Amino acid sequence: MNVMTQHTILNATHRALGAKMVDFGGWDMPLNYGSQIEEHHLVRRDAGMFDVSHMTVVDLTGPRVREFLRHLVANNVDKLKVSGKALYTCMLNERGGVIDDLIVYFMNEDFFRLVVNAATREKDVVWITKQAGKFEVAVKERPELSMIAVQGPNAREKTLGLLTPATRAKAEKLGKFSATEGDGLFIARTGYTGEDGFEIVVPESQAVELWNKLLAAGVKPAGLGARDTLRLEAGMNLYGQDMDEDITPFEAGLAWTVSLDAGRDFIGRAVLDQQKADGAKRAMVGLVFDDKGVLRHGQRVVTALGDGEILSGSFSPTLGKSIAFARVPTGTAAKAEVDIRGKLVPVRVVKYPFVRDGKPCEGV
Amino acid sequence: MNEIPGDLKFLKTHEWARVEDSGRVTVGISDHAQAQLGDLVYVELPEVGDRVEAGTASAVVESVKAASDVYSPVSGEVVAVNSALADKPETINEDAYGEGWVFVVKPDDAAADLEEMLDPDAYAELIENDTH
Repeated sequence: MNVMTQHTILNATHRALGAKMVDFGGWDMPLNYGSQIEEHHLVRRDAGMFDVSHMTVVDLTGPRVREFLRHLVANNVDKLKVSGKALYTCMLNERGGVIDDLIVYFMNEDFFRLVVNAATREKDVVWITKQAGKFEVAVKERPELSMIAVQGPNAREKTLGLLTPATRAKAEKLGKFSATEGDGLFIARTGYTGEDGFEIVVPESQAVELWNKLLAAGVKPAGLGARDTLRLEAGMNLYGQDMDEDITPFEAGLAWTVSLDAGRDFIGRAVLDQQKADGAKRAMVGLVFDDKGVLRHGQRVVTALGDGEILSGSFSPTLGKSIAFARVPTGTAAKAEVDIRGKLVPVRVVKYPFVRDGKPCEGV
Repeated sequence: MNEIPGDLKFLKTHEWARVEDSGRVTVGISDHAQAQLGDLVYVELPEVGDRVEAGTASAVVESVKAASDVYSPVSGEVVAVNSALADKPETINEDAYGEGWVFVVKPDDAAADLEEMLDPDAYAELIENDTH
C-alpha cells in the first residue's frame, strides 16, 4: 500500500464491514461492501450511506465574503438570501475553464461554507486563498470535519430519528438545497445520487459513532462504485472526467449553473460571454446503449457532424443497460455510434437525467 | 472468499478447469477473479460447436469495472454453454465454482493441457500475493 495514501476516520470501520478498498484521488476508500449493484438499488429503494469525508469543507469569513463570491464563482450567490440556503456552481479560471464544481452554503453575511471535491483539494484552497486576498476574506480549510451522505427515499426519516427534538424539528423543515445546524452537526438536504437525503458534516471525533448509529437505524453502507452509477443515472457531472480546466460550463451541460447577470464581473466571464454569443461548438449529451456491452470513458463517438468522445460511461442498474455522457459536436441528432473495442455499435442520444424518482425518465 | 475446490486446475489468468467423469472439461473463472472484477453485467459465450484452442480467448465477462477475456484452458470443441448467464451474469459472482460455470469442452487431449496448469495449492499461492 502506498504510504502517502490518506485515510478517513472511518477507514477501519469500512474494513471491518468487509469493504473492498480502492485508491480514489490518493484516498483509501470503500469501492463496495459486497455488491455495488445491490448498494445502488438500496439507495434508490430504501437508504444507503457514503463516507464522503475525503471531500473538502472550506469556510469563508469576513465582512466582504458575499462580494468575494460574486467574483469567484459563475453562479450568482445573491440568490442566497435565507440562512442555510445552498447553491451549486462552477469555479472558473480566466479561460472560462472549470477549476472545480462545488456547493456554496450561505450561513450569514460574515460566513459562507464551501464543499469542494477531494481530488482538487490542494488546488482549490490555493486558488481560493489567492483570490480572497483583495477582499480580506479569511479562508479556512476544515480537515477535522468528516462527512456522511445518507441517501434514499427513507434516508431523511432514518436520520431524523437520531436527532434531539430541537434539531430534529429544524432538520425536518429543511427545504431541498438548504442546511441547518444542531447536535454538533451541519445537516444539508443535498446529495449526489438523485434521491432525497442529507449530507451530514460531523466532527471527526464523532463520525464513527454517527455511522454506527445510522447502521443501527437500518441504513446500509454504500461505496464509491454505487456512488458513480447513482450520480450518472441522475445526470450529475464528475469533475475530472466530465469537465476540467480546459472545458467551459457550456461544453459540460452546465449552462444552467452560469448566471450572466448584468454588471457582475466573475473570473472567466469574458470568455463565457463570447462563447454564448458565438454558440459553443461542443455539447454534452446522454447516450443509451440498448444491447449487451458497457460504454466506457475515452471511447470514440461517431456522429453525422463529426467525432466525439465518451466522458463518463457505465452500467445503469435501474435501466439494466449501459448509459454514458458524451461530448459531441453541437447539434448532434438522435443517433450515433460508439467504437467499443474496435466494433461500431449504435447508441441513442438522449436528454438526461436518465432516472428520476427511481424510474427511467421518458424517452430514455 | 470461497475455499478453492480440490478437484480443479487453474490457469495463471484465473480460469479453472474440471475434468468430468465423461472426460469433458467444464471451464469457469475463479472466485478471486470475480471478486477482482466486481458485479458482472454481461457474459459473451461461445457457440456450441465452436472450436477453441488452449490459451486463446473463448468467452468474455464484463463487469461494471471492465471487460475481461476468458481463455480456454484446453483445446477442443465446445459442447455446452451456460446460457442462464445471459439473464443472470451475477451467478458467476455468487457461485464461481458451481452454478457460475461458463462452458464445457470436449477436449482433444485433456491430460496434456491440464499438465500445464496450476493445482489448487499453487493457485492459492499465486493469488495470495494478489490480495492485500
